[in-house]
Amino acid sequence: MGFEKFGRKSFTSVTKTSKFVDFLAEGKIEGTVCKDCGEKYFPPRADCSKCLSKDLDWFEMPKKGKLETFTTAYYAPLGFESDPPYSMGVVDFGGGLKLFARLSKEIKPEELRVGMEVTVKPLKYEDGQLSFEITMA
Amino acid sequence: MKKEVAIIGVGQSAFVRGYEGSIRELAFESFREAMQDAGITQKEIDASIFCSAPEYDKQRSPAGVLAEYLGLIPQPTLYVETVCSSSSSGVRVAYSMIKAGLHDIVLVLGFQKMSELTSAESQERMGRGADIQWEAPFGTMMPAYYALYAQAYMAKHGVTHEDLMNVRIKASTYGVINDRAVYRKPVRPEDFRAGDPEAKMAAPVAWPLRVGDCCANADGSSCIILANAEKAKALSKKPVWILGIGAASEAVNMAARPDFTRGLSVTYHAAQQAYRMAGITPKDVKVAEVHDCFTIAEIMAYEGLGFAPTGEGKHLIREKATYKEGRIPVNVDGGLLSKGHPIGATGGSQIRTIVLQLRGEAGPMQVPGEPDIGLVHNIGGVGLYGNITILARD
Repeated sequence: MGFEKFGRKSFTSVTKTSKFVDFLAEGKIEGTVCKDCGEKYFPPRADCSKCLSKDLDWFEMPKKGKLETFTTAYYAPLGFESDPPYSMGVVDFGGGLKLFARLSKEIKPEELRVGMEVTVKPLKYEDGQLSFEITMA
Repeated sequence: MKKEVAIIGVGQSAFVRGYEGSIRELAFESFREAMQDAGITQKEIDASIFCSAPEYDKQRSPAGVLAEYLGLIPQPTLYVETVCSSSSSGVRVAYSMIKAGLHDIVLVLGFQKMSELTSAESQERMGRGADIQWEAPFGTMMPAYYALYAQAYMAKHGVTHEDLMNVRIKASTYGVINDRAVYRKPVRPEDFRAGDPEAKMAAPVAWPLRVGDCCANADGSSCIILANAEKAKALSKKPVWILGIGAASEAVNMAARPDFTRGLSVTYHAAQQAYRMAGITPKDVKVAEVHDCFTIAEIMAYEGLGFAPTGEGKHLIREKATYKEGRIPVNVDGGLLSKGHPIGATGGSQIRTIVLQLRGEAGPMQVPGEPDIGLVHNIGGVGLYGNITILARD
């Protein structure tokens, strides 16, 4: 339990990675790292597909990365109708670590550029849902 | 040329909005045409495979229900699913069954009745073909995913909105003459004029993709009948042989995608397998169907399939090389953009188009010069799955 609090609207309630949401409440964005082979995962995973270990630990994601790509959605799926327009993008932190999230409304769509320096921060919606977003570095 | 498994019958329903019937009746439309095309009876079919994207189906486990309606019991039947590439996956399974010697003749039927859902519901369910745990909570949908590819790809390779528009205009050129297509109106440059309220294609959906860059949902079914060499030679005057097949998969999460500027990795992987198996190179392909769910997807596919080097796909559309009279005709049936995209039926419909082209039976859409080799590129999800099928005539 607990994962239903993730994101604007969650489609998953039970996962072994639900501690991710507790970290968000503490203001941290965490991935998982395999204690046996050192492979890092974001989004977090409970199991290591590289060495088949089930022994993973949490680590805090880097703060600074580059915006690899983005889009601005003018239509939304069911349950998100009041949100558009909103932008989403992929941040590349280097070393194989990337993150997908919405972009902060503080950045205007026309200001977005591929390759721009960005950072990520946790986010709490008015209804108590917890998420994270990409914002200006 | 290896002649082991052939296609001996093809059928397709009209692709429409709001089919006036049930999935059984929809399936019957393409089934009947394929059976008449093959000139066989149900007794000669050893097994059937049904394909759709299950999130649209109210009927759970449709294979048994449809097999009965089509008169295909008590033969074995099963269901195959890889979202938008389900029916080309079905053909891959049928090929394997025949090659293994388990069956002589196998029927593959793809179908989808999307019209019972609203567009928003449909997008939400379509999004469930992506990562529901880590991405759907942000409000993702298919156009947004492909827009992520478009943004990075266009920025790196100098692809413009005009290039995307020209893919759509090409599609409409053939949608107009394809009586099975859902979108049969011509598309003109003025339909994309930004800021013009009359320009229906110009409104942004998920920037940089506009309304005109997205294919339309549709209801439809497709049917492909495959046979081993002995049966194909005995039954068919114009068998079309499966020369090569390739298939690949990719990480579902966008954070795990290696390079958005290179297009879908599954295209490269599956194409390499299919070309190697067929013993041909991209230059040997005379006509192709590619998965143009969005305009950008067609340009990226040109490159993944080796019709152009990476980053150079834009030149094919600028030079009209992918028109019917061009160097490598692509989607001369209107593609997903104009023909419509009834998820589970799409791959079979693409295969049907190439079979008709190789038989010289494509009517007003026929590519000149009697094409002998054709290729089908069918993608599931946002490049989550990819199937390539290479076909050849005798």
